[in-house]
Amino acid sequence: MRQARFTRNIWLGIENLLLHKLRSFLTMLGVVFGVGSVVAMLSVGEGASKHALEQIRKLGSNNIIVASMKSAEEEQASTQHSHMSIYGLTYEDHRRLSESFKDIRATAPAKLLRKDSRLGERTMELRVVGATPAWFDLVPRDIVAGRALLPADQEKRSPVAVLTEFGARKLLATESTIGQTLRIGGNQFEIVGIIQSESGQAGNIQIPDQDIDVYIPLDVAQRYFGDFFAKRTAGSEEREKVELHQIIVQVDDPRNAESVGAGIETMLALFHKKRDYVVSVPLALLKQAEATKRTFNIVLGSIAGISLLVGGIGIMNIMLASVTERTREIGIRRAIGAKRMQIVFQFLIETVVLSTTGGLIGLGIGVLIPALIRYFSGMPTVLTMNGILLPLFVSVGIGIVFGLYPAMNAARVDPIIALRHE
Amino acid sequence: MSTATSPKQGHEIVRLENAWKVYQMGTEDVKALRGVNITFGKGDFWAIMGPSGSGKSTMMNVLGCLDRLTSGAYYLDGQDVSQLDDDALSELRLKYLGFIFQSFNLIPQLTVQRNIELPLYYLGWDAVRSAQRAQELAEQVGLGDRLSHRPTELSGGQMQRVAIARALTNDPQVIFADEPTGNLDSATGVQIMEVLTRLNQQGKTIVMVTHEPDIAAYANRRLHMIDGNIDRIEEGAYVTAPGPVTARVSPQDVSRRAGTFARPDEDVTRAARDA
Repeated sequence: MRQARFTRNIWLGIENLLLHKLRSFLTMLGVVFGVGSVVAMLSVGEGASKHALEQIRKLGSNNIIVASMKSAEEEQASTQHSHMSIYGLTYEDHRRLSESFKDIRATAPAKLLRKDSRLGERTMELRVVGATPAWFDLVPRDIVAGRALLPADQEKRSPVAVLTEFGARKLLATESTIGQTLRIGGNQFEIVGIIQSESGQAGNIQIPDQDIDVYIPLDVAQRYFGDFFAKRTAGSEEREKVELHQIIVQVDDPRNAESVGAGIETMLALFHKKRDYVVSVPLALLKQAEATKRTFNIVLGSIAGISLLVGGIGIMNIMLASVTERTREIGIRRAIGAKRMQIVFQFLIETVVLSTTGGLIGLGIGVLIPALIRYFSGMPTVLTMNGILLPLFVSVGIGIVFGLYPAMNAARVDPIIALRHE
Repeated sequence: MSTATSPKQGHEIVRLENAWKVYQMGTEDVKALRGVNITFGKGDFWAIMGPSGSGKSTMMNVLGCLDRLTSGAYYLDGQDVSQLDDDALSELRLKYLGFIFQSFNLIPQLTVQRNIELPLYYLGWDAVRSAQRAQELAEQVGLGDRLSHRPTELSGGQMQRVAIARALTNDPQVIFADEPTGNLDSATGVQIMEVLTRLNQQGKTIVMVTHEPDIAAYANRRLHMIDGNIDRIEEGAYVTAPGPVTARVSPQDVSRRAGTFARPDEDVTRAARDA
């Protein structure tokens, strides 16, 4: 009975709002846009941050990535003619690194090269990585076909190559390509496998296997291509010597990642005159990304709060006008025997219906927009339960908070005066 | 005579005792009612008359439980309601009183049916029973086929019939009519008065404010007010009965008598007969 009454009250409220369709619609627009933008922004933001977090996780939460980097001074000097830049991580660094820390479980040194390569009739410049088999433990990826590098390849210094999906696509290689010969910089390699690769960016560091086309054993790379590189750019020749471009370090426990990262930094600083390396700890990045996400949420929340506040004030404004306009109706209802609370309730329900409807429409828009973004730009978006329920509760709350004052005004109407009201 | 004019006389329904109503208008006190004593019987049809400012509207509002007395007592069906709070007065209006207004006071957005149902909504009736009741009452006032119309699609007379139907919805003890024909042409006014007369004949107590003697003539008792008190009371038959019998008493006389006797109207009747 009570519930039937309540439902009826709501229906009467809806009916009343439907009497002024345009006005009701315009009134709820504030909440529509408020909720819509909040839901959409939350969804896009959540998607972006989830994506970033995932990328960081792909780096491995107990991995540390040490990479060679041309120092600022070297960058200056290399513009001079016939200058040889010598920088970056050395084989010695790698040895020291793997011997000095008891918390390090494994290391994967790598050389990054760009070499013209040919498969059959097709010639492409490939991004080649000289890596040890440990790489594939530290950056685990599914094997599409064949196999990854094995310790035996390293020992025997076999000229074998493992393509990534990128590389395979570039060379138009398929499963049947396995066993064929790939020429890299004039040297023959046997293609033994194709592995999956990840794309994208994690925060401000690249994931280890991004932009890699082919893996070859590190020793083979060293033996065939050496440590010297010559880059010819716009007439001038840039020469540099880099022993190792990257060392991926795996610690035994993610909790040690940050301290080991700091230790590596200290150790390298001891042996390098210039800061020609960079140490990044994905876990630290993860924490940083999470902190950024929190900040983002606070900013979003404030924007949402302001837009919903404005929406609420809009509703209150119209409801106040509506109360004035319907003074006579209120007088009639009071004369007939409606109690003050019933008048309060009537107007409150109208406001809540208005704001909730606005919230629902806003929710629809807020779900649609990220879906369109996802469809057209491929940007990941995530709808969380919180992202849906919170704006809805807030819109109900807005109705109550901003409806209360106009409703109280309505209840204060003196029926005697109201009935004379023209 | 008295048997013909008061079909179900006997019990009082409304009684004011030394009723004062003082309004604050700026710094000035306006005494709208100055110690009124009056009793209306069950089944009576009263017309309250008087020039503007005489206090007839205030009297109506007080009797209709829309306004409270500054001092004095108001007994509605034997219960002193002068000290009740707003909610309790609302409850009284809802359960025991019906209102008809000069400007009809229908809610323009609602259909005829919804307007008639309005008191039932607050009485907590369910939709089905309410609709049945609305149908019955609409038929009773001759608007059975207009239930889904909106007030704006009706003539003045029809609107006032809807208002009457609405006033009857809660089967009230007293119907208050404030200038019920004031916005109607005379022919329509007559029709509305006939409806009210019929209701009175069916036993409903009616209290009507009017300044038109023709309309007041439908009532069987006429209360003339002046300066916030009773000027005189006239006793008369329905207009359909042969010419109304009127009596004149001095204001002092009436207020003295009204204070002394529970039923001043009987006294007046006697005075009229003596005259």
